[in-house]
Amino acid sequence: MDHPIKRDHSRFRKIVKGKIRDNLRKYVSAGEMPVPKGDGTFKIPMPSINTPRFKFGEKQQGGQGQGDGKPGDPVDGQQGEGEPGQGEAGEGEGNKELEVDLSLDELASILGEELELPNIEPKGKKTLESTTNKYKSIGTVGPDSLKHFKRSYKEALKRQVSIGQYDPENPVIIPSKGDMRYRSSNTVVEFENSAVVIYMMDVSGSMGDEQKEIVRTESFWINLWLKSQYKNIEIRYIIHDATAKEVDEKTFFSTRESGGTLISSAFKLCREIISEDYNSAEWNIYPFHFSDGDNWSTDDTKLCLDILDNFIIPNSNVFCYGQVESRYGSGQFYKDLHSKYGDASEEIILSKVKNKDAILDSIKDFLGKGK
Amino acid sequence: MKVYDLLRSRPIHGELLKLKEEIHQYALDYGLDFYPVIFEMCGYDTIYILAAQGGFPARYPHWRFGMEYDQLSKSYAYGLQKIYEMVINTNPCYAYLLTANNFVDQKIVMAHVYGHADFFKNNAWFRTSDRNMMDVMANHGAKIRRYMETYGQDRVEEFIDKVLSFENLLDINTLFETQEVKRNRNENLRSLKEEISEHVDGRSSALKSFMRSKLQKDKTKKEVTPAQIKDEDIFISEYLESPKDVMAYLINHAPLEEWETDVLGILRDEAYYFLPQRMTKIINEGWASYWHSTIMTKNALKSSEIIDFADKHSGVMAMSKQNINPYKIGIELFRDIEYRWDTGKFGKDYNDCTDMVKKANWNTSAFLGRQKIFEIRRTHNDITFLDEFFTQEFCERMQLFTYKYNPRTGRNEIESREFEEIKSNLLHSLTNFGQPLIEVESGNYKNRGELLLRHIHQGVDLDMAFAADTLKNLYFIWKRPVNIATIQDSNEMTYCFNGKEMKPVQ
Repeated sequence: MDHPIKRDHSRFRKIVKGKIRDNLRKYVSAGEMPVPKGDGTFKIPMPSINTPRFKFGEKQQGGQGQGDGKPGDPVDGQQGEGEPGQGEAGEGEGNKELEVDLSLDELASILGEELELPNIEPKGKKTLESTTNKYKSIGTVGPDSLKHFKRSYKEALKRQVSIGQYDPENPVIIPSKGDMRYRSSNTVVEFENSAVVIYMMDVSGSMGDEQKEIVRTESFWINLWLKSQYKNIEIRYIIHDATAKEVDEKTFFSTRESGGTLISSAFKLCREIISEDYNSAEWNIYPFHFSDGDNWSTDDTKLCLDILDNFIIPNSNVFCYGQVESRYGSGQFYKDLHSKYGDASEEIILSKVKNKDAILDSIKDFLGKGK
Repeated sequence: MKVYDLLRSRPIHGELLKLKEEIHQYALDYGLDFYPVIFEMCGYDTIYILAAQGGFPARYPHWRFGMEYDQLSKSYAYGLQKIYEMVINTNPCYAYLLTANNFVDQKIVMAHVYGHADFFKNNAWFRTSDRNMMDVMANHGAKIRRYMETYGQDRVEEFIDKVLSFENLLDINTLFETQEVKRNRNENLRSLKEEISEHVDGRSSALKSFMRSKLQKDKTKKEVTPAQIKDEDIFISEYLESPKDVMAYLINHAPLEEWETDVLGILRDEAYYFLPQRMTKIINEGWASYWHSTIMTKNALKSSEIIDFADKHSGVMAMSKQNINPYKIGIELFRDIEYRWDTGKFGKDYNDCTDMVKKANWNTSAFLGRQKIFEIRRTHNDITFLDEFFTQEFCERMQLFTYKYNPRTGRNEIESREFEEIKSNLLHSLTNFGQPLIEVESGNYKNRGELLLRHIHQGVDLDMAFAADTLKNLYFIWKRPVNIATIQDSNEMTYCFNGKEMKPVQ
């Protein structure tokens, strides 16, 4: 049986998750993203949950210390060595910042709960082969760490009984090498859904740092949600001004170009990527496009709509367009798309992101349909 | 459910058991006096569970323990902090050793634990400690779990959350209340109530004056005039209750349901159990460190273990610029006292001596040091310990200073190295175990059934943001507006929380 403190612990985590959910909007609009920790969990800083008490105003109080220095020298240096011994059950004044580790699934479920996101129903065949090893059978060879003591003992017992070495008065069992039994694994093949997200962003002069920050934050949370829905997910990035190119994540968020905007260039590249690498019968495809809504010419817009209709929409689960408001952008592209597809379209989702506070609503627009 | 099953710790055996017997004997030879000490071995996870629960294997369910555990085990995982041992003030005295400690560590820890065990048994502030606390805590847990089953976990937990908010409003004098005193007081209370209710019945008006005269005699400090006896409840509380024991006041007077009163009482008992430990941090750690150092260096240590011992010992004694290390100050004070009483550097002759050379070479070969420190560990707590034995020479030797926040540079800076200032600063931080002094002034403030608390201001203002939240929680218990009178920026202020917000009272 688990120690009861595990229940207290899960209770604490529940409270923490509640706090994160309550403050999710604040986190998201402040652009404070959870820090991935490498082991699949995310670190989220949050103020410690203090029990309010009557206490002295801290700054007025000061304290005492030991060591060198003359009046006026700062004392906030390196933290001194902690006290290794803890003599008694005391309590520390809880002023530390809490650092909470949440797994991707937990974080995604908080997002999902807060935005009431439906689970995505994947389309396409389950084609991705994933193999897992399950220890289900027993073998005669193996490493010591997988030794099955009970089975080995039984074998030895059987052997000793059958050759008459077993003495009920003195039941000593000595296993020999041949008696050893080891757990052995079988490989199980499972099929998974796989998905690809293709981010396209306009990096022309009119997209400023703030706009990019919005896209960055939004894409983080979208990725988080999709990752929780698909076991295998790939992410591709395309930047464009008048021409488009595929880049890595870092370049995607840091590049700034000047010059004109031809959205079709990105769509063409997107088409290329999909037709080369992703068979839409097997992959769930999510193209996202972010821009400030400026396009060079109406002709180009026409070309864009054409590519959307003839290739991107038929091949993807849903096409998402996010228009980030900027001082220079006209927002014309949104109007063009809206007049063609309207609000209720199943294949294309449009969303306007006014400012950082609107990020969460925009995420809901994109993911709220469960596509 | 047996408490100890959950512990996942096991008794020591073999080499360690032999070691224990050895250290035990040294401790006895030095005259230490303790309840039987039981050492248990446990792994990291277990020791963090225990530490999170204040040393006890079974507590009531509350998320706070989970949070403690989360942080402790994390700070261990990040390599920031390590707990070597833990000892609980019970009879027998339980102490936990970490399985991963090496042999020298276990030696130090054992010697250290015997110091604590002696302190727990002999120090006056622990006199009324319940030595069966292991069982009591487990019973508290069972009771609160039962309330949770009946009234819902959320409801009970919320109530506990609120109560923890004023768990620090205790009266240290209550620690001297033995069972006998408590019983007498309860009897007094009962007979008083009877007398008053008879009076209210109007059966005898002669009784009224008789009662008053009797009370006047009992109550020598404060004169009771007839006008003061307005309300029997208020009167009884004035007569019998300590105004500093806010928890007790609420148990007696707040409109609580039966289970709530019980939970409040449980939390108060536990708070009082931990109180002496909060009041004797320096002297207790100092005492235990003095003994581990003495036993190790004079008896138990083998020459091959000296480096390991020195390494561990200096780690524990390390000084910090931000905090006073209680281990260091404590052990040095005990050594200083032992030295002074061994050489006779005390008393009128020594204090009156003005010849500094003579004073420095003073030695009457009194050899009263050991006796003196044993005497001190019996009667003192941190504040009296420092008040009496913290001398200028000691302060300079320890290189102590005070620091203060400098708003201009936005950081803490060394403020002073003046002895007087350091000492008063130190004593202040220990007064009322470092908590603001809060008293109940009235349960019927403005004749509107409001609670009035008074902050006894001793130079430092309250943190009003925290005070506001605390008042909110008190309101939840009192169910009427709650006020606090304090001083802010040298102005006398009274703040009122009326259920919605905190406002200054005009």
